[in-house]
Amino acid sequence: MSEHYPVLLVVLPLLAAPICLLLRHGTASRILAVLVAWTCLAMALEVLNQVTSGENISYMLGGWAAPYGIEYRVDALNAYLLVIVSVIASVVLPFGETSSDLTVRTGSLYLYHAAFLLCFCGLMGIAVTGDLFNVFVFLEVSSLASYALIGLGKGRRALRAAFSYLVMGTIGGTFFLIGVGLLYQKTGTLNMADLAVRVRELTDAGVGLRSVIAAFAFLVTGVSIKLAVFPLHQWLPNAYTHAPAKVSAFLAATATKVSFYLLLRVLFGIFGAAFVFGTLRLHVLLVPLSILAMFSCSLAAIYQRDIKRMLAYSSIAQIGYMTLGLSTNTELGLTGSIAHLFNHALTKGGLFLVVACVAFRLQSTKLEDWSGIGRRMPWTMAAFVVGGLSLIGVPGTVGFVSKWYLVLGALDAEWLPVAILILFSSLLAVVYVWRVVEIAWFREPPDDVEIKDAPLSLLLPTWILIGGTVFFGLYTEITIEVARKAAGLLLGVAP
Amino acid sequence: MNAITEHGVYWLCIALMMTGLYIVISRDHLVKKIMGLNIFQVSVIMLYVTMAKISGGTAPILQAQGSESGEAVYSNPLPHVLMLTAIVVGVATTALGLALVVRIQLAYGTVEEDEIVRMDREDPE
Amino acid sequence: MTPDVLIALTLVAPLVGAIAVAIIGRKVDDADPASRPAANLRDGATVVASLVTFGLVLNILQLVQGGARPSLELLEVFHGVHLAFEVEPLGMLFALVAAGLWIPTSIYAFGYMRGHHEINQTRFFVCFAVAIFAALGIAFARNLFTLFLFYELLTFSTYPLVTHAGTEKAKRAGRVYLGVLVFTSVAFFLCAILLTAHYTGGDLEFTPGGILEGKVEGTPVFVLLALFSFGVGKAALMPFHRWLPNAMVAPTPVSALLHAVAVVKAGVFTVLKIVVYVFGIDFLQAGDYSVWLCWVAAFTLLASSMVALTKDNLKARLAYSTISQLSYIVLGAALATHHSILGGGMHIAMHAMGKITLFFCAGSIIVFAHKTHVSTMDGIGRRMPWTMGAFFLGSLCIIGLPPMGSSWSKWFLALGAAETGQWVFIAVLMLSSLLSIGYLMPIVGRAFFRPPKAWTDEDGKEHVAQTEYSEGSPLCTVPLCLTAAGCVALFVWGGALRDLLLPILETR
Repeated sequence: MSEHYPVLLVVLPLLAAPICLLLRHGTASRILAVLVAWTCLAMALEVLNQVTSGENISYMLGGWAAPYGIEYRVDALNAYLLVIVSVIASVVLPFGETSSDLTVRTGSLYLYHAAFLLCFCGLMGIAVTGDLFNVFVFLEVSSLASYALIGLGKGRRALRAAFSYLVMGTIGGTFFLIGVGLLYQKTGTLNMADLAVRVRELTDAGVGLRSVIAAFAFLVTGVSIKLAVFPLHQWLPNAYTHAPAKVSAFLAATATKVSFYLLLRVLFGIFGAAFVFGTLRLHVLLVPLSILAMFSCSLAAIYQRDIKRMLAYSSIAQIGYMTLGLSTNTELGLTGSIAHLFNHALTKGGLFLVVACVAFRLQSTKLEDWSGIGRRMPWTMAAFVVGGLSLIGVPGTVGFVSKWYLVLGALDAEWLPVAILILFSSLLAVVYVWRVVEIAWFREPPDDVEIKDAPLSLLLPTWILIGGTVFFGLYTEITIEVARKAAGLLLGVAP
Repeated sequence: MNAITEHGVYWLCIALMMTGLYIVISRDHLVKKIMGLNIFQVSVIMLYVTMAKISGGTAPILQAQGSESGEAVYSNPLPHVLMLTAIVVGVATTALGLALVVRIQLAYGTVEEDEIVRMDREDPE
Repeated sequence: MTPDVLIALTLVAPLVGAIAVAIIGRKVDDADPASRPAANLRDGATVVASLVTFGLVLNILQLVQGGARPSLELLEVFHGVHLAFEVEPLGMLFALVAAGLWIPTSIYAFGYMRGHHEINQTRFFVCFAVAIFAALGIAFARNLFTLFLFYELLTFSTYPLVTHAGTEKAKRAGRVYLGVLVFTSVAFFLCAILLTAHYTGGDLEFTPGGILEGKVEGTPVFVLLALFSFGVGKAALMPFHRWLPNAMVAPTPVSALLHAVAVVKAGVFTVLKIVVYVFGIDFLQAGDYSVWLCWVAAFTLLASSMVALTKDNLKARLAYSTISQLSYIVLGAALATHHSILGGGMHIAMHAMGKITLFFCAGSIIVFAHKTHVSTMDGIGRRMPWTMGAFFLGSLCIIGLPPMGSSWSKWFLALGAAETGQWVFIAVLMLSSLLSIGYLMPIVGRAFFRPPKAWTDEDGKEHVAQTEYSEGSPLCTVPLCLTAAGCVALFVWGGALRDLLLPILETR
């Protein structure tokens, strides 16, 4: 059975989604969704175990051999990602009572769970597959589901945000498709491992380079739109702000991570570091954009009046860190980026869940409404402080671990100014995190409203993620070992 | 001359692609944006289908033994298959987009983006 | 018990105390007299925790004096970098100071907080205990990462203490506090640590003789030293000293322990430790890498003493005096000779004892005589003889006159300056002693030799010459007399301190 895990990770949520629709019952569908998520988590952990101790898994769908059939290929990098996505889904799905910012009647909750499971299926599919067109399919599946999920937010701006995201996301996906098509024309294969070999032949021979470079441009741009690389990030603030808080928690923690994984695969897996950084010199473009993302979005976050918007801009800045680590093209830098996939997922997921807890009691995510809640909701705000410390990158949290490797990576690449800029931008995070702390504790809470701390069903998932930021900030053995292995794999992929 | 006969189709694809993108960017009416997206997606479908056709190739149905001599040259069926999927994706996107437009019409009373932006800006929330 | 368990227990003791205080104090409302018994129980927990911690620290002292270096290794956090502890003499000294002075400070704090009718005392004592935990972590750290971890913990755990009052003024002071400390620690200190890791290939362990020799030379060493010196913002080198006077908005027990003892001493301890165990004294001497730092320290020394002369607010005056005294230790580190390092190390203890006495006195004056400004303190000596007597002894300690322990540390610092042939720094030391006479002795003089007079406070309210106040709670008076006596005791034990610190000068 365990050899089928790679495909079960996709099939299980895919089957569960229409079953939710057939069940037509809110609680039953929720229980099903939670069970599916937990099962997938167990399977993903088993797969990770297999890959780290043994060798990479190669699973042929329907028994058709690669490169003609669709191959599901799991190595350290995507096993890691599968675990990340499963963990977040497993924690967010059981998250408490229906938040009021989910505009679904309790009777129609099964629709929410169906969409969630589809999104989950799509993300797992992107992570596990080894076929480039299959990636496109799952990319669109997860994107469509996320447009629907975002549209479920409170207020009409959620609809507008979902629509804008739909337009931009579709353009991104279609660019990706063009890139795939061009590559297929030049190489005749869609299997990523096979593509690596054939593209390398082409670039080495210098033959047909124009098409290859065009394919590269389309692929990278398409993925960058999904990844919200500056300046293609315009859809993200609105989408995360107006989506229901726990949807934002899930998307912020997974969708961009999976897109980053895709970028890693495309750059290092298919085209190879030598071509990307040697011939095309992508880092000349990516580094300034990353730094711009880090600074401008951190600055923007400082001035936001809505907490979810602030966290959304913070996410774009964190994505800047990841792309910066990628651009260093060193093992340390890549380890930092890959570690940051996990670390940021924990941090942002936890922080958005905190917002969900507060919104549950206060019905508001506006910063000025949060006056004095530090005293009324101590456990919730304590979670915010710890998550905020992780965003800043205080030692003992996961944020510090990523930052450590990122700066060392920049130093390894002989980019001292970049290393200094990374450190300075984390200072900006202090400002916007501390703004919230001051408002929560230094102002008087409103007297008229009786506010209690969030219920346990909300606090527990939140603290699981936030506790994870501290636990994995110190016990880094597993996460860093896997990230290192993945980084080594990527850099070594140059046949 | 070659540029037109051999690559004319690609020029058409590019024209459609740019038209589609232009419509998405320039038109305020939300349904028109969706139409633009569709045109954009159609151009990509054309691109794939074009690359499938091989000059001198026949329909990709296995020839029975004993018919014409030699190996038969088949057109590539794979891109067509891929495009079936892409068409489905396009349909789903359009459906979802239109559903959102219906809800936006109900919520805002209009589907012109500039009006929507104006209404949102004036809304104190 | 084995050394590693001993270290673990010592570190955990303040944390357990914090948890105990938090649990017991949950139901305590400090404004309500009915919860007084529970409040007493809670405060008792703090005292017990402080006594237990100090007892454990003494146990470790026995081991270290015998030549052992007890260590504890917990986790490998980064490749080759562990969360690990090892006790060497310098760290031992700092731990003794922090843990030892926690006891009188706790007792003093009870008297102060009750006399001042403070609320949120539970949060206060919990954060206090966590801060001591952080200080011990810094003292025992085996490598730069562990030290940095606890250094940041100290910053964040003292923030609620600094902003305890919860007022707008406290909030703004907290911003400066956090802003300066986090800025320097992330932009400079962390940068320096990562650069060190980059140069040494991942080795961040504190090693006798330093780890940089042979790996780096020339300009990068200057840059590294600058990044470390300014990065350790808790050492209050100008221009990153603003946080210290700002932190005086905190209740005086906080100022006393943390900003006269734990926080600032953590800063200069870190500087000393880095100079001795990361750079290595011989390495610095060989390349003349730290001469510029001597000048920066000397400038801070004199400039802050002069500012202290102009301050009428007693706590502000003491704050600038602290900045000045911290630069003594930085100067000792920068001179990088055997005697100057010894002097700097000893001054950690000497200054701590003296300054804490002065702050205790200032706090008592604030709470029981309701005076904050020096110009209003005429004649308090008559009403609060014990307090002002202790103040006198503490002043002598800061000035550096025998029979106070700090005369030893000053002596060694001067010897160190002489060793390098830089006589100008001996002049600097002399000058600063004169300046400290200038800003401390008048207070004593006013207190004892002038009759009380009427005064106007900063709000313009008139006060008559007060004669109705007195010493106040013995919970406050006894600790400050004890620490004043400690200043004299350290003079007697000066030799023991020097013997404790001597081994740090050995290389390999």
